[in-house]
Amino acid sequence: MIDFLKEFFTFLIQRKKFWLLPVIILLMIFGSLIVITHGTAIAPFIYTIF
Amino acid sequence: MKKVRILGISAYFHDSAVALIEDGEIIYASQEERFSRIKHDSSFPKRALKNLLKFNNLKLNQIDHIVFFEKPFLKFERLVETYLAFAPKGFKQFLFSMPIWLKQKLFMKKEIIDELKKFEPKFEKKKLFFSEHHLSHAASAFYPSPFKKALIFTADGVGEWATTTVGIGSQNNINILKEINFPSSLGLLYSAFTYYIGFKVNSGEYKLMGLAPYGKPKYANLIKSKLLDLKDDGSFRLNQDYFDYSTGFKMTNEKFSNLFKNPPRKPESSFKEIHMDIAASIQDVIESIVLKILESLKKEYSIENLCLAGGVALNCVVNGLIQKKKIFKNVWIQPAAGDAGGSLGAALALWYMHLKKKRIINNNDSMKGAFIGPSFSNEDIKKNLDTLMVKYIKLEKKKLIKFVAKKISEGKIVGWFQNRMEFGPRALGARSIIADPRDKSMQKKLNLKIKFRESFRPFAPSVLQDQSNKWFNLDCNSPYMLIVSDLKKDKLVTIKKTKKTLSSINEIRSKVPSITHVNNSARVQTVNKSTNPLYYDLIKEFFKITKTPLLINTSFNIRGEPIVCTPEDAYRCFMGTNLDILVLENFIIEKNSQQNKIKINYKNKFSLD
Repeated sequence: MIDFLKEFFTFLIQRKKFWLLPVIILLMIFGSLIVITHGTAIAPFIYTIF
Repeated sequence: MKKVRILGISAYFHDSAVALIEDGEIIYASQEERFSRIKHDSSFPKRALKNLLKFNNLKLNQIDHIVFFEKPFLKFERLVETYLAFAPKGFKQFLFSMPIWLKQKLFMKKEIIDELKKFEPKFEKKKLFFSEHHLSHAASAFYPSPFKKALIFTADGVGEWATTTVGIGSQNNINILKEINFPSSLGLLYSAFTYYIGFKVNSGEYKLMGLAPYGKPKYANLIKSKLLDLKDDGSFRLNQDYFDYSTGFKMTNEKFSNLFKNPPRKPESSFKEIHMDIAASIQDVIESIVLKILESLKKEYSIENLCLAGGVALNCVVNGLIQKKKIFKNVWIQPAAGDAGGSLGAALALWYMHLKKKRIINNNDSMKGAFIGPSFSNEDIKKNLDTLMVKYIKLEKKKLIKFVAKKISEGKIVGWFQNRMEFGPRALGARSIIADPRDKSMQKKLNLKIKFRESFRPFAPSVLQDQSNKWFNLDCNSPYMLIVSDLKKDKLVTIKKTKKTLSSINEIRSKVPSITHVNNSARVQTVNKSTNPLYYDLIKEFFKITKTPLLINTSFNIRGEPIVCTPEDAYRCFMGTNLDILVLENFIIEKNSQQNKIKINYKNKFSLD
């Protein structure tokens, strides 16, 4: 995981896309919720807050 | 001196494949689908890799570098930015795709390393590199070409961001100069119409191309005015108001259907005139865009050689027009122009661009006729046939050619399995079904009784290279069956002009009706003795008997099935279809002499493509 994060940050630096970082963190949080819940209980809740 | 081996891999989207180069020489390449028997298999190509190592007598630790054909992070960036650009539209697609990305695709490097560790537990991750999707395509087109310097044009659905690129290849370097990015894409535009006409996306595009000659391009102007913003230099933008692929699960939306005043055609339902006209229209539009781009590039760069790759380069009608218009003096097209060929391109890009190796240009086809897949010895085949209790005869090659050519001239349909398997979507005489093109009923017979596919689809000819200009308006070679050309006027038969319908294909319009499409064209394969000696001799023998130097050549498979790879695959297909004769290297198996008729329900074994 550390390797992955290192590579991902290097990628963001190289692409000069720092503005993507907060967006990606948010997406990952929501995405992880979807993964964890397999799109069941929390999915409608996510939909409404979007 | 020890040779440097590079393994290229394409996977996880569609048509996964592996390719091996040694000191820059193309050694081996094959697609996973041929081994897994799943058409367009996109999974990690473990079976193909296993076979690559076995065929070349290698272990994974003997490979110096491994390169994946595209960059997953860049793709993820595109995905995120697309969702943001279209938000809140596209939330459903986000819900669907994000778990896949967060579980697997974002961690592609680890996934690939884990897969490689199954072959070599001590696999060192520093050996693994990543190329860019369209650079891989460009490299697959330029490095195997016979050109020192060439303009490279690649176009497909989408890679990371790019959908269309223009580059210049010079000696061992490629410089990508221009690109058009997602969501504007020639490939996706064509796929959108493929979907609308009721064919499978990423699979049925060639059917759309085959359907086009039945219609009239009545809607070309409508497409250009509503769906596209086309500039004078051929660059374009797609009007996303009509498409659903960026945010939804379909290619087109209701507005698109309203534009053509019809809903999308249901798969397998009957064709109406409008479907044929729309197919003709989108083909016309794609042709005009590609020609416009290339004409503008020729003016801008004054380079006389052109290399093509990417899925759009499999549009043989466009390729035929590029040749016919003579925009470039020489054109070379990668036979595995789709994503499978990305594995080869990625390996070549690493060798020449990263390792900076000197390029030695091979004028005698460094793709080796595309015969770079696995092969099977007579001993292997005999063992298999004996186990299956198959009745066969074995003939030495000269006698075998005489026997087979005579049988074809008598109307028999032959499964032809020889030497190394082709790399790329076309069967070129190694895993082919061959038949007599003079037979007026052959087209129908092959479509309905052998291939179990739609009756409107045409068949392609393999013609002796030295005879091709006597039969076709073709002034170049087409060894990879990637160019459509018209038949010569003196080979045509005058027919009454009637409205084209799907049954028009059964009209006798030439001396070789079974390979003549409704617009008197054919997708030609020119066969030469140096890369394809046995197949060349077979056609030559048929020429001696019939005065016709060409054969029907269609891939050895049925609808929805990957082309056969092994003798067992070939035998199963032979027994499950109405093929008359199977030739496996030196062995001849005739259907009517088989006791053991395993008439399996072969037709339903594969899902429709």
